Amino acid sequence: MQARYLPYVLIAPVSVFLGLFFLYPFYLVAQTAFYDGAGWSLKNFQEVTSYWKFPSSFKNTLWLAAVVVPIQLALALLMATMVNAMKKGRDLVLYIWTIPLGISDLAAGIIWLAIFEQSGFLNSIMHGLGFIDRPTALISYQNPTLIFVAIALAEIWRATAIMLVILVAGIGLIPKEYYEAAQVFGAGRWKQFVRITLPLLRPSLSTALVLRVILAFEVFAVVQALGGTLFPVLMSETYAYQFELLNGSAAAAVALIILGISIASTIAILRVLRVPKGATI
Amino acid sequence: MTMASSAPQDPRRTGRYVYATAVFLLCAWVLGPLYLLFVNTLSSPEAVNSFPKAYVPEFNFESIEFFMEFAGMTSALWNSIKVATLTMIMSILVGAPAGYALSRFEFKGKETFRILILLTRAFPLPLLALPLAVLFIRTGLDDTIFGLALVHTTLAVPFAVLITFSLFSGIPMELEEAAWTLGCNRLTAFIKVVLPLILPGITASAIFAFVISWNEVFAAAVLTIENRTLTAFLLQNLDTSALHLKFAGGFILVVPALIFIFAVRKYLFAMWGIANR
Repeated sequence: MQARYLPYVLIAPVSVFLGLFFLYPFYLVAQTAFYDGAGWSLKNFQEVTSYWKFPSSFKNTLWLAAVVVPIQLALALLMATMVNAMKKGRDLVLYIWTIPLGISDLAAGIIWLAIFEQSGFLNSIMHGLGFIDRPTALISYQNPTLIFVAIALAEIWRATAIMLVILVAGIGLIPKEYYEAAQVFGAGRWKQFVRITLPLLRPSLSTALVLRVILAFEVFAVVQALGGTLFPVLMSETYAYQFELLNGSAAAAVALIILGISIASTIAILRVLRVPKGATI
Repeated sequence: MTMASSAPQDPRRTGRYVYATAVFLLCAWVLGPLYLLFVNTLSSPEAVNSFPKAYVPEFNFESIEFFMEFAGMTSALWNSIKVATLTMIMSILVGAPAGYALSRFEFKGKETFRILILLTRAFPLPLLALPLAVLFIRTGLDDTIFGLALVHTTLAVPFAVLITFSLFSGIPMELEEAAWTLGCNRLTAFIKVVLPLILPGITASAIFAFVISWNEVFAAAVLTIENRTLTAFLLQNLDTSALHLKFAGGFILVVPALIFIFAVRKYLFAMWGIANR
C-alpha cells in the first residue's frame, strides 16, 4: 500500500467510530430537544425550566462545581508540588494519591455513605467522643447543608486525583534551569511557585480545569448514593425524565443545558488561561 | 517547603516535619474512607447495621456471601466483566492504529483529527446514551452487551489514541527503518520490532479502557434494562437495598480498580502529556 494513504487508513476506524457514536448522537440529541412534535421550537426548554425542581437542580449543580473545583485545584497543586519535591517514596505516595482515579463515582458515593449514614462512622466517632448519645440521621431533608457537605467531600475525595496527574505531568515539563536562576536571584519557594510554576503551568491548568469542570457538571452517581432525591442535580433530572417520566424530549433538553454550560465554561477557562502565542516553554 | 537551602538548621527541620505530616495526612485522607468501606464489607450484616461501629473488621464473609446470592447480582457482575472486556478489545483495535498514524506520519487533516479527539473530552459523553437508546431500539442493539460496549468504547477510545500515540512516539523511527533495510516490510517490521516494545504499554491502556467501562454508571443505567451491569444494578437498587448489600457492592467495584491503577501507574502520565504541548 502507498505510504500516502496509509495514515488515512489507520485513522479511519476511529473517525468512523467517533462520527457514528459521538458526533451523530449529539446531532440527534439537539434535534430531539428542539423538536416539539410539529416543528422547531423551544417548547421542551420552556417545559423543563418551568418545572419546580429545575431552579434547585440547576443551582445545586453550579454551587457544587463552584465549591468543589477550586478546593480540588488548590489541593492538587499542593500535592503536585509536594510530589515534585519528593526524593524518597515518590512512587508509593503517588500511587496512593492516584488510587481514587480508578474508583467509580458510584463506589465513591457508597464509601462516603459508610461514613455519613445514620449508624455510620461519623456518628460512631461523635458517640465515642461523647458528643452525642444516640445516632442522629445526618442525611435527611432537615440537614440540606450536611448533604451538600457530604457530596462535596465525596467529590473532592474521588476526583482530585485526575487534576493531580495532569498537574504533576505539567510540572515535570518545566525546565529546572528556571528554578536555579530564580534561586541565584534569591527568590524563595513561594515566589518561585507564583512566578515560575503557576505561569508555566497554564496549559496543564486549563486542561485540568476544563476536564474537571465538565465532570463536575455531570455529577450523578455520587449524588444518587448520598442524597438521592433530597439533592436534585441536572444529571439526575435528565435520568428522571428519561425513566420515571418517560419524556425523552425533556431529557434531551436538560442534556443540552448541561452541554451548554459545559461549553460556556470550557471557553471561559481557555480564555482566562490562554498562553500568548510564542510564549510556550 | 523542603529544600530551604540557606536557612539555619532548626527551621529546616521543622519544615521537613510539617512536610512529612502533610504527606501522611493526605495519604490518610485517601486511604481512610477506603479502609472504612473494607471494615463494613468484611463484617456481618448485623455488625454493619449496628451502632456504634467497630473500627476493625471481623473478617466475617456473610455480607459478601449475601451479596453474591442476591438475585441478579452475579449476572450483573458477569455482564460488567463482559462489557468491560469487549470495550477493552474494541478500543485498542480501533484506537491503536490511529495512535501509530499520529506518531509516524505528517498528513493533511492531522490537526483536525487531533482536535476531534481532544473535543471528546470537552463534552459530557454519558449524555450520548440518551439518543443512542432510541437508535439502538431501531437497530436491535438495545439492552445488549455489545450496544453498551460500543458506547463505552466511545468513552475509552480517545484515551487509547492518546496513550498509544505517546507510546509509539517513544520508539525511535530509526528502529523501524533499520528493520526495513534488513528486508522487513512495514507490517513485518511493525510486528517484529515495534510491537514487542510497546506491548506492556498497550496492556496498560487496555486496562485503563477496562476500568472506564467497569466504572461507568449513567450510560449503563440508560442503555440496559434486563442485562444490567453491576453499576447499573446497584444504582437501580440504591433506594431499596440493605446497607450491607450496598457496601459489599461498593467493595466489589473498588477492588479491581485498586489492582488496575497499580498495574498502569507507570503510564498514568502518558495519557495527559499530549495535552500539555
